[in-house]
Amino acid sequence: MSAQTSSQGAALGGSTLLSREQAKALTDRVLSFSAADQTRVVVQSEWSGNTRFADANITTSGGSTDTSVTIIVTIGKRQASATTNVLDDASLKRTIDLAARLARLSPEDPELMPELGPQTYGTINAYVQRTADLDAEMRNGAVSRAVEAAATAGKAAGEIFSAGFLVANARAIAVATSNGLFAYHRTTDADFSVTARTPDGTGSGWASAGSRNWGAVDPAAIGRIAAQKAVASRNPQSVEPGLYTAVLEPLAVTDLVPLLGGALSARSADEGRSPFSKPGGGTRIGEKVMDERVTLYSDPADPALLGQPFDSDGLPLSRNVWIEKGILRNLAYTRFWAQKQGVRPTGPALAGGLTLAGGTKTTEELIAGCARGILVTHFFYIRSLDARTVLQTGLTRDGTFLIEQGKITRALKNFRWNESPLLMLNRLEDIGRPEPTAAGRMMPALRVREFNFSSLSEAV
Amino acid sequence: MSPTRRDFLKATAATAASLAASGPLTLEPYAQTPAAPAADAAALEMANEALNAARKAGASYADARIGHYRRQVINTRERQVAGVTDSESYGLGVRTLIDGCWGFAATSTMSRDGAQRAAREAAIMSQAARVVKKRGVELAPVKPVTGTWMTPVRRDPLEVPLEEKIALLLSANEAALKVKGIQYVNSGLALLREVKTLLTTEGTNVTQTVFRVGPAFSATAVGDGGDFQAYEHELAPRGQGWEYIESLNLPGNAERWAALAAEKLAAKSVEPGQYDLILDPTNLWLTIHESIGHPTELDRAIGEEANYAGTSFIAPPEKMIGQLKFGPAFMNIQADRTQEGSLARVAWDDEGVPADQWLIIDKGLFKDYQTTREQVSRIQKLTGVTRSHGCSFAESWKAVQFQRMPNISLLPGERDLSLDDLIAASDRAIVIKNRGSWSIDHQRFNFQFSGQAFYEVRGGKIVGMLRDVAYQSNTPVFWNAMDMIGGKSSYWMGGSFNDGKGEPSQSSSVSHGCVPARFRNVTILNTRRSA
Repeated sequence: MSAQTSSQGAALGGSTLLSREQAKALTDRVLSFSAADQTRVVVQSEWSGNTRFADANITTSGGSTDTSVTIIVTIGKRQASATTNVLDDASLKRTIDLAARLARLSPEDPELMPELGPQTYGTINAYVQRTADLDAEMRNGAVSRAVEAAATAGKAAGEIFSAGFLVANARAIAVATSNGLFAYHRTTDADFSVTARTPDGTGSGWASAGSRNWGAVDPAAIGRIAAQKAVASRNPQSVEPGLYTAVLEPLAVTDLVPLLGGALSARSADEGRSPFSKPGGGTRIGEKVMDERVTLYSDPADPALLGQPFDSDGLPLSRNVWIEKGILRNLAYTRFWAQKQGVRPTGPALAGGLTLAGGTKTTEELIAGCARGILVTHFFYIRSLDARTVLQTGLTRDGTFLIEQGKITRALKNFRWNESPLLMLNRLEDIGRPEPTAAGRMMPALRVREFNFSSLSEAV
Repeated sequence: MSPTRRDFLKATAATAASLAASGPLTLEPYAQTPAAPAADAAALEMANEALNAARKAGASYADARIGHYRRQVINTRERQVAGVTDSESYGLGVRTLIDGCWGFAATSTMSRDGAQRAAREAAIMSQAARVVKKRGVELAPVKPVTGTWMTPVRRDPLEVPLEEKIALLLSANEAALKVKGIQYVNSGLALLREVKTLLTTEGTNVTQTVFRVGPAFSATAVGDGGDFQAYEHELAPRGQGWEYIESLNLPGNAERWAALAAEKLAAKSVEPGQYDLILDPTNLWLTIHESIGHPTELDRAIGEEANYAGTSFIAPPEKMIGQLKFGPAFMNIQADRTQEGSLARVAWDDEGVPADQWLIIDKGLFKDYQTTREQVSRIQKLTGVTRSHGCSFAESWKAVQFQRMPNISLLPGERDLSLDDLIAASDRAIVIKNRGSWSIDHQRFNFQFSGQAFYEVRGGKIVGMLRDVAYQSNTPVFWNAMDMIGGKSSYWMGGSFNDGKGEPSQSSSVSHGCVPARFRNVTILNTRRSA
């Protein structure tokens, strides 16, 4: 379908991305126009196609193609950047001039690092043709299958209402510097989620899957699980808010654990503003900060993560183990902070994806091992309350259940909670098998003690 | 408070007073702003090319939107510039309707060929959408319009020299660093100029130039033993020019704001429990946004946002319109896209519908939702309103337009009470200023909000500063617990530069005007002890 429509001249799919050669030609062109001391060019070429639906109608769907060029100009110790998506010579020259003017006007930056020279990058095959080819007809076919599966699975509750979103993205990113660096990477991702609601308005369920490879996503399964959860969550009852053992499904863990990324800033830790600051100065690297079953790492080359091989500076990214068996092993160092502290720069904390390594158990086994607790499908509207403890607030949503003697016994009303992923990982009862939950995320189910469900929410 | 700020408040209060006195105004059609630039010839050619291709592909209706966006963001910390970015984005988005099904495609390839391809791609999407179709789209009528409009500004914020902007921010930082204990200061500016041309197959042809400015300031004080407290001042973003930034007098006020961070270090940690709550407009605007703005979006009420932002407790419409008692009889909530200086002010929305002003809550009773053209038929029998309220917006040329919030404001009370009057009338209460952490559930019932500065009231007087405060409540309970509000002189307009909604998430900008208000018996949490 996509090949056919492409040949008809429609703007479709990953075929619209800049190739390595085209990206190189563009960055060379920009660099040749710049007379600044140092220049860096970041090119982002992207295609996105999505289908959104609600109540058996496709609503606000669309597709777009765009290529933007960000030009970072350094003059002495002054730096500024300007971006444009108008790519003729005159516009690119105007954008360079603007960046240079902004740089000259900026005060000197004592933390400025020189642009990098040529680097060596590992090969990461994160571009999956099948995802880049996902056109409207195929997307809508998948939506149809999910809607039908939801209707069938939810029949017991009457006519199920389903709403959801399917998006496929293909991106090419290139970084080049006047010091000879050139980096190019292509990636794809697809994400499909469905919310199912029962006609009596008392039940709601949700399921989601994401991957670099559309082939790994099963639309019918997503529709079915969402509807099963909706049916099971009807007529929820209240239990008194308080501290309960919680079984968090892998998607709920994906909502919480990556929030630790912000706390992994080495600078914040050194400056005394982070949970990983050592009282009296320095960081807590080398100290035990979590349960010994917790290992947390980023690794762009890991086939399960397929992250970016470089950051926007062109700095090569490699495996970073943040927490190993509960011990803080590393923090995220920018190039400046790494130089200041005499360590290796890591780039941004989560650029290389994130895996919470775990055990071998399924979510069902974690439920079976729970005498009394609350099962959480996912979380919503999470906001930070306290940076020092990584304390967050948020709500449960689309399937919250009571577990008694290892079994789900009834649907519960949703809760607001106040909890910290850091403190929670110190109250671990059990850890499941990591599963792919979204592109660049591998997260297990968790069973944690004394999760703070602080008040009830009437929301279904 | 500086004289300029006070003058500004007076000006906004005067506007609000006229609204309160006369109720919702009947709007005259927008006069064209003489200074507003017209569309450039290339944009018109692309848009026409796209519309012709859409018609050829079978579209019964199509619109073409060309956007040229210029954004500048400047961030500083202490005595240095943390970053300056300037971005330009130009492109075309085409929406088609075929057999009652929408399609949308966008491209940055601004050529005749690029425009035709985008239109054909949108038509392919419309056709492909027929496989999942329960009910076709019906558009409420709108009179085709031709015109131009521009946010009234005295000085284009993008044309102000960067030196002047940086000097302003750094002098504010310098003033803040004078305060004992202040170790970190952040200040910044987000500036936007958007030129947007919309053509429809029904004959609308409008070009608008919109300006928005968003200043920011925060200071962090570090105390003994590693304790630290940040204070972020509520510098409302506005749909105005550089003159607004100047009116805030950042260098003149920064020291006083930073002193609040230092003062918070010594503040008493709040004792959790039930308190009367007095919310300053700098805090209340966000509570209005979250608990009234979002649940009165009609797309949420009918389930179209169910998979992301959520649904609404104000549903189904037939059981709510004219029936839901939202709050006390003195509570009037107005939606408005015409309010001077507001972020959501325009002349026409992204469907060419003229800006509107209407009551969402009238004397405490829920009356109407926010609508786009295709939503009107869903509720017109209930409301008697046959026009769209003009709430269709897209964040850029790249994104499809859908229902977005207009400015939604709490109108002043009849008596001209001030914040001090509310405090004087309270025996035991907490006053909250500025936005802190906020979170609300997916039907907009249960919320928990914080602030930046908290004061304990005893016997009608502020007796000291508090810290670690958050309030938690349920929307209908909360608004029905409101027993006092300020008058026209205490009206202030806050706003959000980036309000997220939709999948993929789109950002929009919206203002909320309000007066201080008192709420009885609200649950107060201690955010520190919750950990």
